[in-house]
Amino acid sequence: MSVSDMSTSGEVSFTLNGVPMRVSGASPLRTLLDWLREDRGLAGTKEGCNEGDCGACTVMVTDQDGARALNACILFLPQLQGKAVRTVEGMAGPEGQLHPVQAAMVAHHGSQCGFCTPGFVVSMAVAHLDGRRDHDEVLAGNLCRCTGYAPIIRAAEAAAAEPVPDWMTQDRHAVAAADSGTAAAFRPASSDALAEWYLQHPDATLIAGATDVGLWVTKGLRALSPVAFLNGAADMARIDVQGERLRIGAGVTISALLQAMQPRHPSFADLLRRYASVQVRNAATIGGNIANGSPIGDGPPALIALGAVLHLRRGSERREMPLERFFLDYRKQDRRPGEFVEAVTIPADAPALRCYKLSKRFDQDISAVCGCFNVTVEAGRITAARLAYGGMAGIPARAAAAEAALTGQPWGLAAFQAAQAALAVDFTPLSDMRASAEYRLEAAGNLLLRYFHDIGGAPVSVLEVSA
Amino acid sequence: MSLGKPLPHDAAPLHVTGQARYVDDIPLPVGALHLAFGLSGVAHGEITAMDLSAVRAAPGVVAVLSAEDFAQMPDCSPSAQDEPLLAVGRVHYLGQPVFLVVAESHLAARKAAALGKVQYRALPAILTVDEALAANSRFEAGPVVWAKGDAAQAIAGAAHRVEGRFEVGGQEHFYLEGQVAAALPQEGGDMVIHSSTQHPTEIQHKVAHALHLPMSAVRVEVRRMGGGFGGKESQGNALAIACAVAAARTGLPCKMRYDRDDDMMITGKRHDLRILYRAGFDAEGRLEGVEFTHLFRCGWSQDLSLPVADRAMLHADNAYHLPAVRIESHRLKTNTQSATAFRGFGGPQGMVGIERVMDHIAHALGRDPLAVRRANFYRPMVEARAAAAGPAAGRPAPGVAVPDTVDLSSRGAGGGAGSHQLPPDAAQQTTPYHMPVEDFIGAELVAELERSADYAARRAAIADWNAKSPILKRGIALTPVKFGISFTLTHLNQAGALVHVYQDGSVHLNHGGTEMGQGLFQKVAQVTAGVFGLTADAVKITATDTGKVPNTSATAASSGSDLNGMAARAAAETIRDRMAAFIAEKHQVPADSVRFADGVVKVAGETYGFARVAEWAYQARVSLSSTGFYATPKITWDRMRGQGRPFLYFAYGAAVTEVVIDTLTGENRILRADIVHDTGASLNPALDIGQIEGAYVQGAGWLTTEELVWDKAGMLRTHAPSTYKIPACSDRPRVFNVALWGRANREDTVGRSKAVGEPPFMLGISALFALSDAVAACGDGSVYPALDAPATAERVLAAVKRVRGHV
Repeated sequence: MSVSDMSTSGEVSFTLNGVPMRVSGASPLRTLLDWLREDRGLAGTKEGCNEGDCGACTVMVTDQDGARALNACILFLPQLQGKAVRTVEGMAGPEGQLHPVQAAMVAHHGSQCGFCTPGFVVSMAVAHLDGRRDHDEVLAGNLCRCTGYAPIIRAAEAAAAEPVPDWMTQDRHAVAAADSGTAAAFRPASSDALAEWYLQHPDATLIAGATDVGLWVTKGLRALSPVAFLNGAADMARIDVQGERLRIGAGVTISALLQAMQPRHPSFADLLRRYASVQVRNAATIGGNIANGSPIGDGPPALIALGAVLHLRRGSERREMPLERFFLDYRKQDRRPGEFVEAVTIPADAPALRCYKLSKRFDQDISAVCGCFNVTVEAGRITAARLAYGGMAGIPARAAAAEAALTGQPWGLAAFQAAQAALAVDFTPLSDMRASAEYRLEAAGNLLLRYFHDIGGAPVSVLEVSA
Repeated sequence: MSLGKPLPHDAAPLHVTGQARYVDDIPLPVGALHLAFGLSGVAHGEITAMDLSAVRAAPGVVAVLSAEDFAQMPDCSPSAQDEPLLAVGRVHYLGQPVFLVVAESHLAARKAAALGKVQYRALPAILTVDEALAANSRFEAGPVVWAKGDAAQAIAGAAHRVEGRFEVGGQEHFYLEGQVAAALPQEGGDMVIHSSTQHPTEIQHKVAHALHLPMSAVRVEVRRMGGGFGGKESQGNALAIACAVAAARTGLPCKMRYDRDDDMMITGKRHDLRILYRAGFDAEGRLEGVEFTHLFRCGWSQDLSLPVADRAMLHADNAYHLPAVRIESHRLKTNTQSATAFRGFGGPQGMVGIERVMDHIAHALGRDPLAVRRANFYRPMVEARAAAAGPAAGRPAPGVAVPDTVDLSSRGAGGGAGSHQLPPDAAQQTTPYHMPVEDFIGAELVAELERSADYAARRAAIADWNAKSPILKRGIALTPVKFGISFTLTHLNQAGALVHVYQDGSVHLNHGGTEMGQGLFQKVAQVTAGVFGLTADAVKITATDTGKVPNTSATAASSGSDLNGMAARAAAETIRDRMAAFIAEKHQVPADSVRFADGVVKVAGETYGFARVAEWAYQARVSLSSTGFYATPKITWDRMRGQGRPFLYFAYGAAVTEVVIDTLTGENRILRADIVHDTGASLNPALDIGQIEGAYVQGAGWLTTEELVWDKAGMLRTHAPSTYKIPACSDRPRVFNVALWGRANREDTVGRSKAVGEPPFMLGISALFALSDAVAACGDGSVYPALDAPATAERVLAAVKRVRGHV
């Protein structure tokens, strides 16, 4: 791994709609979207929000693990090293024959103004390639203001019956043949390489999925230098079973984590399903979610409720701590210069874990309150309680007083009502555009009641009701 | 015949392949410059110092303009000339453009704009309704009051009364394509503008004014917008003017597009308002008198607020006969973004008020809200009266003289009084503005929906379910829509078209309407093709162009296909009639015996291809080009008195929405929606259903998740999709049944169709009252939920507590 001039991304090579590209001299913070539109004149990919929330810029990116939908507006060129990019212009066949999702979108009136349509087409085509039929989930990150979505879903359902066109699988071969070792900004191939470099460059910005750092650039207009792109460090992107615990590498994407949690911690998986959108989950990593220290990230409350242990590394030095101890104050973490999040370990089993997220919109929204609870009951008595919240303080935090109110009590509504009352001791939340302080405190308490009813088997979620 | 066919959107194949070209996709000549505004950081203040040296020194910056660079600051207002392009001396809202950066790239312009150092002496900012009332900060001298009968007396004499206060939030358009314009300087100082606008003529007028040019020197072209919803009726002016000014000064093409956050910080939104109401009624819930006070926050400039607030008053009745009514409308001036047009143009705000009254009355009486609604419906249309309707009467009255700076083509121009003649038929039920309701089909349509949606049985089933479900509660509501069709500024109800038939038989269509996704171009192409007996794909659709069709009205007020369809039909008929006369003469038969159908022309037993006849006609020196023009008949309106016939007809619809709420968190979900909507004899049922589905979801979004939040400093905190939540895919009703009413318009509209753009937006009101119903199910009936909008989880939870007596 050579390190080139930090002000450019060196040379980045990838394929674009099947054609090999070598891009040199570009800023490492040049987004794929700007490059496509301004340098390549490929105007089909649209800018709707420039922050990864609307999906109008969705592109398909293929690597050894398969094809993913990603937001091009917060995707930096070096992240594409060795990959294959396919835009809306590359969805139709070589003779111009429409992809089944394109044909279905026309036939089912899935476009009106058409501006969101390229992004929908790409998201739908990736899902079509993977045989996914959970259209609501796949399309949660694509906003449409015209159609009300109904015709788009009809189109997705119709297209699902059609076979995958052969040109859609070519990118996999292209990636297999690609030379992925070309130099690019700094893109370590392992955690060891990162550790060594970061010790020398402790003021560097580490970029994993760029779903947060991307906004520092596109919205904050910040100039970051130096930067390191972590997505080449394959050893950090693994989930390993270690006896009764799971070790989740910091570079594991939220999509990969969701898949891994589904059989083990289904409630956590449900929470992750509402973590941003497919495009963001495909890029964002659990390490980034932890390290950025947001009080409203959805990963930490669930992990804290699970009793996660955080693994930090600085050079060859490693240390670990309960995850909740990492968060010191608003946006202040117990992380030393040159130190980075390497992994987090959690128990493989926690049947009493429940994760609840409150937000204005169910999908692709940031939590007003996120409450994750894991209460242990032995012989009808509560022996341990881990109640972790996001959105209630400047950091993700446990509710110590509420935990104390539960611990030692017989399992029953009274114990949870006492815990609910104790929350006012634990938290003094803020009012903001997502919710008022009063609502946060009240709903946070009510989530404890929900937990009691949920564990008891009562229906507690509006998402489970149908007409 | 192409009329009435469910054809896809004409540009759908371009949309899905990424080839559809929007303004930002148009390649510009090398050297083109990019613009960005520096924005005010305070809501109200005097500019005391401006240091733009860092802006000027930033990489790629070509020029920086502020107030001192203009002898006369260009104006961007569509109405009152109160919107300087850049702040002069004072800023009036947080987000107001203060300086303009011209740079070599979009990113360079944005980065430089962030470096401006502007100092302000803060002035008291008026942000809320209460603050504006206290300061008497308003447009117009005082509130506008329209009355019919003596409402106060009727309320006092009624057996039952309710009163309340209802807060209704605004709405961000969130067109997926943000505001964008480009200016290309031409020889002799002329200017060509590409703009994402619903109102090319307005852009032309404003740019011409800014450059001190006649309108003839400015040409504006609009192929399509990536969504408009009213947000591109006047809000694109600033970008087009900025581009034109910069292009004129540099001699280079200039483009400006707002980054999404800037777009939301700068541009106006749907007006929010407070509604105060009092109603008196009998034991059945039949209204005897009702009073409304509308308190609109209009923002810092007048923009289109007066006609928006008027239209709210015009829809305060919705589908109900109000025997005695008084509506008082305050248009308050606040230090916030200037609220503007948004689908429905005040209609939704007026309508949601009377629906709240219906819901409140039903709760007070313990009746099914639908029964109360039905008891108040206007009397049904009488067919005999419909038949007696005369031909086109009442051309628009000549307007009063106005200064040339007034933007006559804007809805904000106002003021022009129409004829004062009132319709004579006193026996007919009239609206609060004294217009007889001749075409009321609401009761019939609602009855059909009630049956198809199985309303009564579901209502009973929901009550049973709720009795057994302590935490989750369901609710259901049916609400109707009656929406008036026509611009209330009468002279805007006109349109032009230009049709060419080429010698190869191909047809070129142009008209004054703009395409924002609604399928207008396809509908008008279908109308045009129908005249020639061709299929719609034989008609080439072309970009709206002020050089082809002049003096156009905004594509707004749902009027697009009504107006432009008629104008295009007239143009096509002129050409067809010339072709018919020519070929008839050639065959020595009467012209009216010539038939144009199925791509051929039949005359005297012979059949010729359309192209053949076109070629012959050309060779015979017959003109194959024509303009067409249309002016809506019958309408007349005196806005100061609130009297007349502002609308040619009403469009109707109704929706049933079923929801579920969580009483622990207030979270809620739309489970099912059933809709029957009236688009007359549809020009294109597929496009109409698309409008209805989309409008319902957008309307429901307005009243549920879409919350605009300003902080105490007047800063809009919800200025990106991360914080402002329009409905996402899974928010649509999982069961979603949409049917067209399918009966012809009694008025002589194009193909007897009805306008569809705005009316179905208000079907979303049923979602709010379904939530109200679910909340009411949490209490014992003694406390009305009084659910404000948007009914976020937080507001629903508060209402649940209220009806349970735990305030």
